[in-house]
Amino acid sequence: MIINHPLLGPRDAQEFTYLGDAALIDRPDGLSFPDATAAQDAFHDYLYLRDNPAGEHRELWYHEQGDRSWLVVTRNTVTHEITKVELARDVARARGRSK
Amino acid sequence: MTQDNRIKGGQIDRTKTLRFTFDGHPYTGHPGDTLASALLANGVRLMGRSFKYHRPRGPISAGSEEPNAIVELRTGARQEPNTRATVAELFDGLEANSQNRFPSLKFDLMGINDRLSPFFAAGFYYKTFMWPAAFWEKVYEPIIRRAAGLGSLTRQDDPDEYDKGFLHCDILIIGAGPAGLMAALTAGRAGARVILADEDFRMGGRLNAETLTIGNHSGADWAAETVRTLAQMPNVRLMPRTTVVGAMDHGIYAAVERVSDHLPVPAPGKPRQILWRIYSAHAILAGGATERPIAFENNDRPGIMLAGALRTYANRYAVAVGDRVAVFTNNDDGLRTATDLQAKGIDIAAVIDTRQEGELLSGIRHLKGAQVIDSSGRLGLKSVTIRHANGKTETLSVNALGVSGGWNPNLNIASHHRGRPVWNEAIHAFTPPTDGPKNLIAAGAAAGALSTHAALATGAAQANAALAALGMATHSPDLPRAEDAPVNITPFWYVHEGKGRAWIDQQNDVTVKDVKLAKQENFTSVEHLKRYTTLGMATDQGKTSNITGLAIMAELTGRTIPQTGTTIYRPPYTPVAMGTLAGRSRGHEFKPTRLTPSHKWATEQGAVFVEVGMWLRAQWFPRAGETTWRQSVDREVLQTRASVGICDVTTLGKIDIQGRDAGAFLDKVYANTFSTLPVGKVRYGLMLREDGIVMDDGTTARLGENEWVTTTTTANAVPVFRHMEYVRQCLYPDMDVQLISTTEAWAQFSVAGPNARKLLQKVVDQDISDAAFPYMACANITVCGGLRARLFRISFSGELAYEIAVPTRYGDAMIRELMKAGEEFGAVAYGTESLGVMRVEKGHVAGNELNGQTTALNMGLGKMVSKKKDAIGMVLSQREGLAREDGLRIVGVKPVDPSKPLTAGSHFLDKGAAATAANDGGWLTSVVYSPHLGCSIALGYLKNGHTRIGDRMRAVNLLAKTEVEVEIVSPHFFDPEGERLRG
Repeated sequence: MIINHPLLGPRDAQEFTYLGDAALIDRPDGLSFPDATAAQDAFHDYLYLRDNPAGEHRELWYHEQGDRSWLVVTRNTVTHEITKVELARDVARARGRSK
Repeated sequence: MTQDNRIKGGQIDRTKTLRFTFDGHPYTGHPGDTLASALLANGVRLMGRSFKYHRPRGPISAGSEEPNAIVELRTGARQEPNTRATVAELFDGLEANSQNRFPSLKFDLMGINDRLSPFFAAGFYYKTFMWPAAFWEKVYEPIIRRAAGLGSLTRQDDPDEYDKGFLHCDILIIGAGPAGLMAALTAGRAGARVILADEDFRMGGRLNAETLTIGNHSGADWAAETVRTLAQMPNVRLMPRTTVVGAMDHGIYAAVERVSDHLPVPAPGKPRQILWRIYSAHAILAGGATERPIAFENNDRPGIMLAGALRTYANRYAVAVGDRVAVFTNNDDGLRTATDLQAKGIDIAAVIDTRQEGELLSGIRHLKGAQVIDSSGRLGLKSVTIRHANGKTETLSVNALGVSGGWNPNLNIASHHRGRPVWNEAIHAFTPPTDGPKNLIAAGAAAGALSTHAALATGAAQANAALAALGMATHSPDLPRAEDAPVNITPFWYVHEGKGRAWIDQQNDVTVKDVKLAKQENFTSVEHLKRYTTLGMATDQGKTSNITGLAIMAELTGRTIPQTGTTIYRPPYTPVAMGTLAGRSRGHEFKPTRLTPSHKWATEQGAVFVEVGMWLRAQWFPRAGETTWRQSVDREVLQTRASVGICDVTTLGKIDIQGRDAGAFLDKVYANTFSTLPVGKVRYGLMLREDGIVMDDGTTARLGENEWVTTTTTANAVPVFRHMEYVRQCLYPDMDVQLISTTEAWAQFSVAGPNARKLLQKVVDQDISDAAFPYMACANITVCGGLRARLFRISFSGELAYEIAVPTRYGDAMIRELMKAGEEFGAVAYGTESLGVMRVEKGHVAGNELNGQTTALNMGLGKMVSKKKDAIGMVLSQREGLAREDGLRIVGVKPVDPSKPLTAGSHFLDKGAAATAANDGGWLTSVVYSPHLGCSIALGYLKNGHTRIGDRMRAVNLLAKTEVEVEIVSPHFFDPEGERLRG
């Protein structure tokens, strides 16, 4: 596969390592829950409940053999067609993450 | 033997004679020959035995689709089993042998399987070897494997090298027949970067095998001329002997170039084969078509071939497979074999044409509505029996029979992405799927355009389509004049009469009867048919058999072929050697070897090295008179604890972390708090995964207000860095923090022992007295009068200890300087074994304890997990199952009898408890011999371990068959109060 890196252009997928569902970006704040049970339930869902679609999927890829960017790659898991590649940092900011 | 069957013409170089042997007999051939063509020229038709029934077999094809002529090439370490004689290029001195026969090809004892064939029908194995289940592995499988083997392996290392390469192009053209050549010419003249790959050593495809003309040239001459033209274009790369084996994603194709297969030994510096990764914007599949046989009783005798193959041998290789030949066909293309061979002076006994209609050939006995119903000749064809349209039978004495059931487009690569081939009613064959790999288009016979004119026209048209898609100017060449005969075919798949076996898949010995049996047992889906009968599952992937098999199934079930469907193809198109896939990644080059900065020095000291990930680390440093590793390690440990020892710890991961938010960032990635760490201090950190399990540990030093350096374990240097970048970019994108791995930038040495400070003060320019540089201090310093360095007062051994880091290029000088400075103290170098002994004595966890299943609580470090901040893993580490008080806890273990050695991996059992999983109390993680205590000691995880100090238990290892009575003790065997390291 070829991943069109937003900064570096098309790069072979071999240069990357794969993490999984980009929903990992939406990490809950561990101190924002009223009690431990609520916190654990939220983190359980965050960590273990992932979509596994046959079709379009947003995934985290890491350019380990390159510039160390984490990317959000929108890829069709059936055809492997990649329709969008974004810097994970930009996606995280757009989803309200900061410090 | 002489080349009795050699006839005039052909594309062989008669000025040179090549000598070769087959099964030890000497033969000759010429450059341009394949092993199969040379053997046929010498009158050798029998080349192998079939897989299951050990039937005598000869080649049925002249190409890579060959199911039968599978031989071993070469001898010694270069011996290569299961190669196809039909594509093995002849070279002088080639030694070839038949396989799957004993004791000889002509007399094969396993031929008894043929007589027992009623027992070996499809599903035989499934039905017969079902019971008793235990027999399968021990009795049935070894017997079956021995009987059914193909070639044999040498069990020697392959002496040749294999490379991997990368190529980029605008248009990849797969196949250099008329369509591929025309596409290359069109795209090349338009200025596109073109790669033209062909599996053959001579480009031209069927043009080399036919007598057809293009313009005023013979097809072969036109092909040669076109190849010369293309070779002069700098933007065109010609790759003969290169098989495109698979369509990967995003326009990437895998191709195998056989660089040296046609040579006795690769030229110096040249690999045997190259696995190319070709990046293409567009690709044109021009892989031609493969002829398919018609099944009839005993259709597998040597001498019975595809009709087109007979033409190839006659026209290209100047070989008459037989001197009296019949042709069995259901289409017009088969007729060409009769006319071509007759023109070569070969006697045509008859053309047996299944079709009633159509014109008769003149000057040839052309039998309409006739069928071949049987053949004879045990080791080679002697006669065929035919049934005329009027019902009468006749036996024709022939020694070769050409069979043509039509042509199947070679669409394999187009369905590598699961695209389903499409049935084409006009040519009665499958054509490439419409949902094949993106930007792959087919031309010529591969697309179902079976005439020469159609091949040229579609080649040019598809090249222009690709050029247009690339935004390049198209180029419309004048198409040379070529034949454009229509495909006249009346489907005919198998002869219905006869009690014997009619082969479909000759490599896996699948017959029409097997398909009937599959239908009878309701395995009517093509996927079931394939798996039940093994149709098409041999190394040829059923190139000559799949379509025939499913067509017969369609007929038996009263469905059309499209209704029946077809299996699809997977890479590779032809078999690929494991060595080619491995490339250079084998032996010690399987992965890079990383050497520590002190490696040269350690080698000079005679160190024994151990692989730690990719690193080679000194394991211990033997001295004269020491005969066992224990003697060396005991000495290193005792001397370090008595005076001072030095160890290269460069392999630990080092990550520089800088920025205003570095402390806050570390608070996120470590379970304990770092933001409160004063400048000039070091703190131990525990890193958790989000699920609460410990991921890594190490120390982090704060060298300045915004300047931190973290260490990781050797094994986790890369994953921890990746994780930190993930946290930085994906979770906290606005933190002002930057990371860089500096593992390779600093050579780092541990200097440990009561005399460590005295030793270091000799090389460090600053004051490092206890008052100036207390326990857990760190600083940027200089050594040896000005060289920048980093000093950390940290201890893994439990001794007064420091780690000193200098830029890597000074690492060799530093170890020499340290050892020189240590001479007066009797300083020793110590390796990873002593490192391990001292850390177990001190009760420090390492890789064996950080095994990806254990928590901070398990390690006795539960209090390190701060609940006041939201670190990765904090929430889930508090889960009931992980936070239970009676869970596993780290303990120390000593044998009650100090003379008894402990075994790592042993499990804790209470006295009197049976050694069952239910009674399992935990396990010993790390075992060392402690010279300090004079006995074997261990760390382990024990259920409720913190409440069991002083208890006696058993350490049982059922694999090593050991059982030792042990005492549970504190994991801190040595200096539990930590007085020495603060000294």
